[in-house]
Amino acid sequence: MKTLRQKLFGLSVPALSALCAFVIVLMVLLIIGDIVLGGWGTLSWEFLSGVPKEGMTAGGIYPAIFGTFLLVVIMSIVGVPIGTITAIYLSEYASQRSILARVVRFAVNTLAGVPAIVFGLFGLGFFIQFVGIRMDQVLTGGVQLKWGQPNILWASLTMALLTLPVVIVSVEEAIRAVPRELREASLALGATKWETIRKVVLPNSITGILTGAILAVSRGAGEVAPILFTGAAYFLPKLPGSLSDQFMELGYHIYIMSTQSPDVEATRGIQYATTLVLLVLTFTLNFAAVFLRYRIRMKSIR
Amino acid sequence: MNTNGYKIRTINLSLSYGSKLALNEVSLDIKPNHVTALIGPSGCGKSTFLRALNRMNDLIDDARTSGEVLVDNINVYRDDVDVVELRKKVGMIFQKSNPFPKSLYDNVAYGPRINGIHDTKTLAEIVESSLERAALWDEVKDDLKKSGLALSGGQQQRLCIARALAVNPEVLLMDEPASALDPIATAKIEELIYELKSNYTIVIVTHNMQQAARVSDFTAFFYLGKIIEFNDTKTIFTSPKEKQTEDYVTGRFG
Repeated sequence: MKTLRQKLFGLSVPALSALCAFVIVLMVLLIIGDIVLGGWGTLSWEFLSGVPKEGMTAGGIYPAIFGTFLLVVIMSIVGVPIGTITAIYLSEYASQRSILARVVRFAVNTLAGVPAIVFGLFGLGFFIQFVGIRMDQVLTGGVQLKWGQPNILWASLTMALLTLPVVIVSVEEAIRAVPRELREASLALGATKWETIRKVVLPNSITGILTGAILAVSRGAGEVAPILFTGAAYFLPKLPGSLSDQFMELGYHIYIMSTQSPDVEATRGIQYATTLVLLVLTFTLNFAAVFLRYRIRMKSIR
Repeated sequence: MNTNGYKIRTINLSLSYGSKLALNEVSLDIKPNHVTALIGPSGCGKSTFLRALNRMNDLIDDARTSGEVLVDNINVYRDDVDVVELRKKVGMIFQKSNPFPKSLYDNVAYGPRINGIHDTKTLAEIVESSLERAALWDEVKDDLKKSGLALSGGQQQRLCIARALAVNPEVLLMDEPASALDPIATAKIEELIYELKSNYTIVIVTHNMQQAARVSDFTAFFYLGKIIEFNDTKTIFTSPKEKQTEDYVTGRFG
């Protein structure tokens, strides 16, 4: 016979674990609920399409939406091809035991674990003060400061570095899901390795590459630290028109409104609504990535 | 080319995966325009031997080969042999039919296209003649845009044969091409093999004794990485010299 104490203990374990699990759900609901309730009233077409007015206590966030969009597009143009090529190298060319492959893999994993603010500082030190300043010296003799200051190009490159591991891991997974039989079919027809990759492996991993790109964009859109010193601006009267312009960004906009505004209370509604826009954006992207990844898994099982 | 009358000769061909010896000094002569069957129990090395002939084992990281494989008297493991050219000459059909997830047309045109043929008219001719030679043309000619994966298992395998024929190989290696097919589809593949041998040298691995007896002219019995007996098919199946061969072909083991 079990004692009462043993019985109570037996019941308390599942109850406790269920409670812990529920706390997570509760947190998500609280955060989303608070943001939706706080931001819903401010959200309007004018808010999405207008520019900030009256010291950011009124008006819209269109420049920040546009800046975020431009940031992730430039980031993807740079990061997705580099990530894809790296994934091709790791899964197709490198022998799994080669030292180089291990070093690359180690670097990818380390890169994934570096805090975002370190990327921001690296971007400032490398892209702006090292590359940018030298570009100015070569291009204008150092008379004009054009590339040696924060801009959207350096911010996008910094962000591309940050999201590179995400792309590499996704693409590699998709490439490995391409059945060996298809590669063998191609090679047995006299195709070279590269022809096989180009005509069989890559077309069959296109969803994986897309997933990687979406996850990278979703991650990039949500990070503020990497662009803090490399290109994001407090307020700009006009949209960025060239790669050497600074830009506004959603996450950064929330940060400055809640910490740098002369009248934080007056910006509360805008803060909430901006956060809501950012959340919807990243959630949508994440769901799209999850859906695509699910389809890849199904395909590799079949 | 075939001064000695053989299309393929292997001389003391050995192959190991890591420390495991899969082929042990195998020497076999394969005649042009005949069907040579490789039989034996699972793991006896017959598939490994087949894949050694067009160097598909190169794809396996720890596979090591020694000895010679002469195709038209040239050792294909020599350093200056272009493996891509070898595989165009020595085509392969796999156990599991593996059409690309593309249209029928693009499947068959894949080989010619990587060989630099892009002229639409030439490609269409190659596709038609290849499908005809693979006895699939009449069944699919109305819908060449259909995905290769939409075909039945037997049709998929004939599509793979058509795809292999499209690059004009001289040798066809078949790795249990009908093992996943129903009897009717199998009969069609066997009939096709019989028709193809007038133009191609065919080497076929099979688990099916009756199939080896029906389609092949010569049969090699593999056991534990060695050839136990090699002779014309009739002799192997009616009066084998070795006791092991007799036991295997009469179904006493394997």
